[in-house]
Amino acid sequence: MTFTVPEIAWAPLAPVLIVLGAAVVGVLVEAFVPRRVRRPVQLGLTLAALAGAVVAVALLWDEVADTGGTDVLGGSLLVDGPTLVLWATTAVLALLAVLVVADRTSTGEDAFAPQGAAVPGSGYEEAARAAGLQQTEVYPLVLFATGGMLIFPATGDLLTLFVALEVLSLPLYLLTGLSRRRRLLSQEASMKYFLLGSFASALLLFGIALLYGFSGSLRYAEIADAVRTVGGMDGLLLAGSLLVLAGLLFKVGAVPFHSWTPDVYQGAPTPITGLMAACTKVAAFGALVRVMYTVVPDLRWDLEPVLWTVAIATMAVGTVVALVQTDIKRVLAYSSIAHAGFVLTGVVALVQSGITAVLFYLLAYGAATVGAFGIVSLVRERGAVRPGARTGAGAAARVPALASAGSTADVVGTGAGAGAAAAAEDRAGVGTGAGAGPAGADADGEEPPVEATGPVLGEATHLSQWAGLGRTNPVLATTFALFLLSFAGIPLTAGFTGKFAVFSAAVEGGAWPLAVVGVVASAAAAFFYVRIIVLMFFTSPHGGPRDDADEEARPGAVVVTSQGFAVVAIAACAALTILLGVLPGPVLDAVAGVAQLLP
Amino acid sequence: MTLTNYLVLSGILFSIGAATVLLRRNAIIVFMGVELMLNATNLALVTFSRLHGDLTGQVMAFFVMVVAAAEVVVGLAIIVSIFRTRKSASVDDINLLKS
Repeated sequence: MTFTVPEIAWAPLAPVLIVLGAAVVGVLVEAFVPRRVRRPVQLGLTLAALAGAVVAVALLWDEVADTGGTDVLGGSLLVDGPTLVLWATTAVLALLAVLVVADRTSTGEDAFAPQGAAVPGSGYEEAARAAGLQQTEVYPLVLFATGGMLIFPATGDLLTLFVALEVLSLPLYLLTGLSRRRRLLSQEASMKYFLLGSFASALLLFGIALLYGFSGSLRYAEIADAVRTVGGMDGLLLAGSLLVLAGLLFKVGAVPFHSWTPDVYQGAPTPITGLMAACTKVAAFGALVRVMYTVVPDLRWDLEPVLWTVAIATMAVGTVVALVQTDIKRVLAYSSIAHAGFVLTGVVALVQSGITAVLFYLLAYGAATVGAFGIVSLVRERGAVRPGARTGAGAAARVPALASAGSTADVVGTGAGAGAAAAAEDRAGVGTGAGAGPAGADADGEEPPVEATGPVLGEATHLSQWAGLGRTNPVLATTFALFLLSFAGIPLTAGFTGKFAVFSAAVEGGAWPLAVVGVVASAAAAFFYVRIIVLMFFTSPHGGPRDDADEEARPGAVVVTSQGFAVVAIAACAALTILLGVLPGPVLDAVAGVAQLLP
Repeated sequence: MTLTNYLVLSGILFSIGAATVLLRRNAIIVFMGVELMLNATNLALVTFSRLHGDLTGQVMAFFVMVVAAAEVVVGLAIIVSIFRTRKSASVDDINLLKS
């Protein structure tokens, strides 16, 4: 028996290798570089790797545009036009998201827990915070996730698809649980994401097993051949492809697999939410398009009713439920569900222009998303300082039932988990005693006097806190309004071009009812985007919608100054949004020129 | 053919795993349900591999094992950190995030 050394074309793999290689180096940096310089080293490495991936894609572009692409690693990875577009989109969006991740703002703290393993509210956590520990492991984790996202849409067989799915998911589960503030929410989001995500991967995996049983191969091309030729095993084929599609639809957050999206988007650290919302969606839709167009196009008559239902339900649920949300991150989460529905109309169309439309839409949506979450991460609450609370909370160091003034009173009230009702989201000394823990017991009935100079806390995510932001911070609010208009699909923003492209592809593919539903849903969605804009510009502070009893205690919003990273990212996203809206021609042409999937 | 019996068994195990995930309330048990689903899939893959007479399915099964191990590491870390915070691993107690 002889071993044949496989031929590997390294050059087309360069973007993936750069990112994953940098991730491995990042782990070593974590082990060997002294803490003092660890952050600059990690940050430089991460940014360089992602920029390098973009450059590598650019170098590959001409050759792929000429030849139509190559398959590498024996067909496991297909480097064709759509792959390159998705790689470039993912790498650029991840680069911008990392800039937001890196920004410590004027508070000097990043968005991540000083010690992920520390119990929230414990003395250990307080010690870690006081020692000024900062997580730098997030950078390698982000790189691993990005590497998985690069592989995911480029795979040519189901084995690589599954492994890439896990490589992109596992770091995201961890990152979701590492928020510095509102740690209970963050851990809960992480657990929900993990349990539902692993359930979805198990479904996908069983689908893979059934497709393998049907065709005797894991390669997309060979499965597609078997779909045409093999008869008599339609049950295996249909069940297998439906399960695989279910796994992919979970990742894009389509109804009925959307229930994790709002919780995870709300609980995760905001910069990570931006990364997740933009890049995961790009990768998952890339994989979905490839599966739909190259593996099961001959099943379209069987799958179409299912996918039509999913697309319509996704648009409807995302839009309708977003209307009644009061938390800005949840609004953006439901908006992302609605957008998943819009992109699905382009996928379901199953025409050539659908690929171009989906690729363009993902770039437009991703740019606005990273920017919007970047802005959310800068709008913070200012805590109320109540004299005496510090000693009260400090004495009960075991479980100081801390809550920042008002905004988490609901959190503490419901967190009756066996005496540990600690929504220990912020530092000691800002508790209002709203919880039932030992530290809060002495504070019943006292109204905390609000000082104007309380410490800056977590993000001010409640919509009422955004009232009047346009008067105090016009530039920031205008930029946010721009992203919202792009989400809404107003002309001269990237969102309009994207929506126009997917809906016209849907009409071309005969899916005009989907386009009609999409237009109606866009119109309805425009209402709540415009409502936020009205809230920011035409409502005085504290004059926003009131929905619950603890409204009075909700602190106002304050905008922290960025260190510069986030500003660069937000400005780049805004520029991209305008550029793709005003002059979409060159990008659309470039994408359309290479939008040919390898079989 | 007797090999189909393995497929039936794999289907049953997968269904038990899925039902466990959907019905049980303890996060650890839910997670065990996921693992059962993955292992049922492995059985199906190996059986199909035998049916088709090629090794791809067995290779896939090895990859699934590796990935499942990585998933255990991440999953238990998350569940343990939640348990230490709340002294409970019930998924019903985890309900702070609601619209």
